[in-house]
Amino acid sequence: MNKLDIVAPSTKGGRLHEATPHDSAIKQVAGRAEYVDDLTEPEGTLHAYLGLSTRAHAEIASLDLEAVRQAPGVVGVLTTEDVPGENDVSSVHKHDEPVFAETEVRYWGQPIFCVLGETRDAARRAAKLARIEYRDRPAVISVEQSLKAGGALVTEPMTLERGDVDAGLAQSKHRAKGKVTIGGQEHFYLESQVALAIPGEDDEVYLHVSTQHPTEIQVMVAQVLGIPHAAVTVNMRRMGGGFGGKETQGNIFAAIAALGAKTFHRAVKLRPDRDDDFQITGKRHDFVVDYDVGYDDDGRIQAVQATYAARSGFSADLSGPVTDRALFHCDNAYWYPAVKVNSLPLFTNTVSNTAFRGFGGPQGIIGCERWIEHIAYALRKDPLEVRKANFYGTDSNNITPYHQTVEDNIIHRIVDDLERSSDYQARRQAVLAFNREHTVLRKGIALTPVKFGISFTATWHNQAGALVHVYRDGSIHLSHGGTEMGQGLHIKVAQVVAEAFGVPLDHVKINATNTGKVPNTSATAASSGTDLNGMAALDAAEQIKARMHAHAARIYEVEPGEVAWEFGGIRAGQQFVPFMQLAESCWMNRVQLSAAGFYATPKIHWDRASGRGHPFYYFAYGAACAEVTIDTLTGEYQFDRADVLEDVGHSLNPAIDLGQVEGGYIQGVGWLTTEELWWDDKGQLRTHAPSTYKIPVASDVPREFNARLADWSVNKEPAIGRSKAVGEPPLCLAMSVVEALSMAVASVADYKVHPNLDMPVTPERVLMGVERMKREIAR
Amino acid sequence: MSGATNMLRFILNDEEIAISEIRATETLLDYLRLTRRLRGSKEGCAEGDCGACTVLVGRLRGGELSYETVNACICFVGMLHGTHVVTIEHLSPASGPLHPVQQAMVDFHGSQCGFCTPGIVMSLYGLWMQTPRPSVPEIEVALQGNLCRCTGYQPIVKAGLAMSQYGAVEADPLLLHRTQMVARLEALRDGRTVDIGEGRNRLIVPASVDDLAEIYAANPGGTLVSGATDVGLWVTKFMRDIGPMIYIGHLPELQTITETEGALTLGAGITYTQARVAVVKHFPQLAELWDRIGGGQVRNAGTVGANIANGSPIGDTPPPFIALGAHITLRRGNERREVKLKDFFIAYGKQDRQPGEFVESVTIPYLPAGEKFACYKVSKRKDEDISALCGAFRIFVNDDGVVGMVRIAFGGMAATPKRAKAVEEALLGKPWTAATVEAALPAFAADFQPLTDMRASKEYRMLAAQNLLRRFQLETTGAAERLSRAVA
Repeated sequence: MNKLDIVAPSTKGGRLHEATPHDSAIKQVAGRAEYVDDLTEPEGTLHAYLGLSTRAHAEIASLDLEAVRQAPGVVGVLTTEDVPGENDVSSVHKHDEPVFAETEVRYWGQPIFCVLGETRDAARRAAKLARIEYRDRPAVISVEQSLKAGGALVTEPMTLERGDVDAGLAQSKHRAKGKVTIGGQEHFYLESQVALAIPGEDDEVYLHVSTQHPTEIQVMVAQVLGIPHAAVTVNMRRMGGGFGGKETQGNIFAAIAALGAKTFHRAVKLRPDRDDDFQITGKRHDFVVDYDVGYDDDGRIQAVQATYAARSGFSADLSGPVTDRALFHCDNAYWYPAVKVNSLPLFTNTVSNTAFRGFGGPQGIIGCERWIEHIAYALRKDPLEVRKANFYGTDSNNITPYHQTVEDNIIHRIVDDLERSSDYQARRQAVLAFNREHTVLRKGIALTPVKFGISFTATWHNQAGALVHVYRDGSIHLSHGGTEMGQGLHIKVAQVVAEAFGVPLDHVKINATNTGKVPNTSATAASSGTDLNGMAALDAAEQIKARMHAHAARIYEVEPGEVAWEFGGIRAGQQFVPFMQLAESCWMNRVQLSAAGFYATPKIHWDRASGRGHPFYYFAYGAACAEVTIDTLTGEYQFDRADVLEDVGHSLNPAIDLGQVEGGYIQGVGWLTTEELWWDDKGQLRTHAPSTYKIPVASDVPREFNARLADWSVNKEPAIGRSKAVGEPPLCLAMSVVEALSMAVASVADYKVHPNLDMPVTPERVLMGVERMKREIAR
Repeated sequence: MSGATNMLRFILNDEEIAISEIRATETLLDYLRLTRRLRGSKEGCAEGDCGACTVLVGRLRGGELSYETVNACICFVGMLHGTHVVTIEHLSPASGPLHPVQQAMVDFHGSQCGFCTPGIVMSLYGLWMQTPRPSVPEIEVALQGNLCRCTGYQPIVKAGLAMSQYGAVEADPLLLHRTQMVARLEALRDGRTVDIGEGRNRLIVPASVDDLAEIYAANPGGTLVSGATDVGLWVTKFMRDIGPMIYIGHLPELQTITETEGALTLGAGITYTQARVAVVKHFPQLAELWDRIGGGQVRNAGTVGANIANGSPIGDTPPPFIALGAHITLRRGNERREVKLKDFFIAYGKQDRQPGEFVESVTIPYLPAGEKFACYKVSKRKDEDISALCGAFRIFVNDDGVVGMVRIAFGGMAATPKRAKAVEEALLGKPWTAATVEAALPAFAADFQPLTDMRASKEYRMLAAQNLLRRFQLETTGAAERLSRAVA
């Protein structure tokens, strides 16, 4: 991390496209930003705690909760019998995700009952007193076990196909066949799941939930309680991190808190301990990718056939769309003359895997980059050369496996730019020289690209609403359907609204997301938060502006064309009217100063059955170059340098976007290196807390880390401010580290053998890879 | 035992606290969040790993007041008698300007979701007071015990580099009012043992080590707590009742550092942080290991004596101390005995310690001239991780190049920290060469049958252990190559 600019950057900002600090930054550093567990509880709030299964798959032979009920401080117990509505919180309405297990448990850590106590400690202690007898049933834990047991699926698989793959493979001069295992990932949002439910009159209930999807919480609570959606209000100010882990995984906690609140007529808070959060909630899907790829002497791919098998866990949850997105990214930035890829969302007796930043896309890309690497080693070429040989064209060779034409391809420029700025070629030569001179330490370097499709592939999710009020003093109330989890959505949308009205940023008051203000929202997910909600908020602002504009023309007796918006107010003919004065004047003249905005992404459509359509509005591009050093005696490694270049179009807020790029990249690096999920042979997750599950710390960051935005890029589509989505694409760039580690390992056998490292590439996997290389030379 | 008081006293931010009723296992974090409604400190893990609950604790030691970072989630309130607890709420008034560390964090975009942020600010604050202009490696060490899932740390490190530009450390209120605070803290201590509650809920803070000896002999079923970096989890994760809880982390008699001609003796209550200077002075080969024990908050609380007394097979200090021939002093009442550290660990969860007996000190002989020594910790993540294995090697090579003495000990390879006697035998009397090492490798199988768990497979443990011997041979013969994060 040299060349650090430690002079405070200019952070005033505030206008659109300017670097502006996160709206909550001051509150956060002062400890005054409130998260759900920090809210002042209503008097008499009860605390709920969950009793969990200690079997991966078993029949519940008996359930004796008497000791739980009798424990000190306990007010009551809830089981499946207490559910007035449906005992189900399946986000995709498959009815496969019970709130409480009924007669069978299907993963270790599945909630069976809930105890409510006067304190959290009392409830938690009581939960341990349950006497549960099980009759064990056979459990399938891993992808391999699932395939061996017949490969039951949790949801419909998908196939993408274009061209004649069989012929393409048969006619190829070379074939790369292989298999790669990609591990899962725990979200490790610093704030664990939490819900606070407050009972209202009649059937009403009001909830504060740490969730990316307030509407879904509302729907699930209504379903479990058997009440209309309109009786449930969900409020969300901010999360302490989400990363996809709070897209559907908050449902069960909110539903149980609401059930407790309505049953006992007291507010109920439910916050699991970190270890229980690890056990109960889903993670990133781990995948096993099998591939067979045909290519020519130059490394040009002729045909790709691959199967993406995923550990989905005990229920469907989002495994369908996640495995779909893996297939949508099996091409990454490359054109395939012929391709056929299948998904296998496999049932396992593990927690139900779910959304996680990238949503299957990173796994799709990793599979693809693995066969590119495989080809490069087979041909003894720099993998970057093979990559360039296969990039999508701009005017031809630009049809994806799902028959969408890539219309905005900038991958060549992105990679050229980074190749130069990172000095890749010279450094690669230096790495090769280093490896000739060193025995114990070896180095690797790699440059990998990303093309990431932006839009929910379930087309109907690509809609958003916003509610904007202008008050008489010129202050502006902003609500929209998106949720804030640290990514800076709120500040970016506030910048959009401030810019639209031409007022300073501090005139815009950011409000909590609330289902009572903006209904029927989509999850804040798929990197789409700003694209969707920014446009919806702009729509609301433009409606109000149009009325104010017409009013100004009327009252100052000028033609509408003589009214112009300026920063701080409006110019009507010769007269300048400050915004506040205009607002007051509108009110006095009965002009509505409130509007609901709406946006639906244009151009997109998708037919899953035929595997054809235009699922993505546009693509975001990026590239990263990573350099590492490994210790061939222990497999330990260090991250020497990373150069990252990300295309965010015309950034709405470069400071926020750069934070997403750096943070996403490091989160991806953690996933692919030290973050290992380890189940024992009974199906219990033993990496259950930060003591055993290792996300990156400060010293895992590359010693030199140069991340930047492609400031020359502008979105070809008229997205908000011509910007692009930023949340997920940078995470995929972490593949560069895996490939750098791979090169360092391969050096042991003079790069003649492709190491095919599985992920996460822990020190153990590096050392075992080194040993394989040694055996190869000895042969 | 001198007359006891039932009043626990400390200062929380500006406020003097006196408590006569408290659960022995009440954590500082619960006390702050639930009782005091100070909700700036967050619970991220409740096991001292994520640092979201980091606060500063100012302790008087030998008349000196020093502020150190502590994980409030595994710090019991009973451990705070006579201290000054500083939380995030104390750094800046609600309507006033931010503290320099906070402003640097804002300007460099060091927070995203913000949940880890109060803890990060407190860790940077603790660093700032001691090292106002830290280097990147110093910041990385200070942040070892703080997890951030959003930023990728670079903005936080930049804020740490820049923080001194935002204000002078001399103007910091904690340092400006240090003298007054020392007086206030001294006034809190009346030399009496604190004794609150009864039975499993009894909390005892002995006034002296003699009181401790008497109390523990009378209550051998009690739990001795020094830093609570492990015992804390017995409570927060397993909800065990550990009372009577006897706190010993404050006793000056257990915090002695004695450097005699032949050995370093560390009182059992010495924290890793307190011991660092003396340990690194006499055993520079342990510097890297020492900075990789937990994170800063853990090293500020955890003690060398408890790391041994705990008996864990993966504790960081036993392997090097065994290789160095250390012994411990055990005390019960007024009786003392010495035990070789290598003999202290009998089996998993079983040590040579009688009821009522406690570890009083550990004595580590200096490395005799001409001997070579190294210690290697191998873990999945470099910092703030528990060893997959840890190997310590000590050797004397005669003038003729033959191994005259060798001591090797490993953690993570067996149910206890353990000597590699078969390997030692295979090396002794042989020339100290790569060939000898290769020939000795099969002996590892006689010493160790490691297990597979979430940290590493048995195959990896065995191979890495053997390779550490290879490394030691390479390093002692001049062909050393080690990873280093220092910028070339």
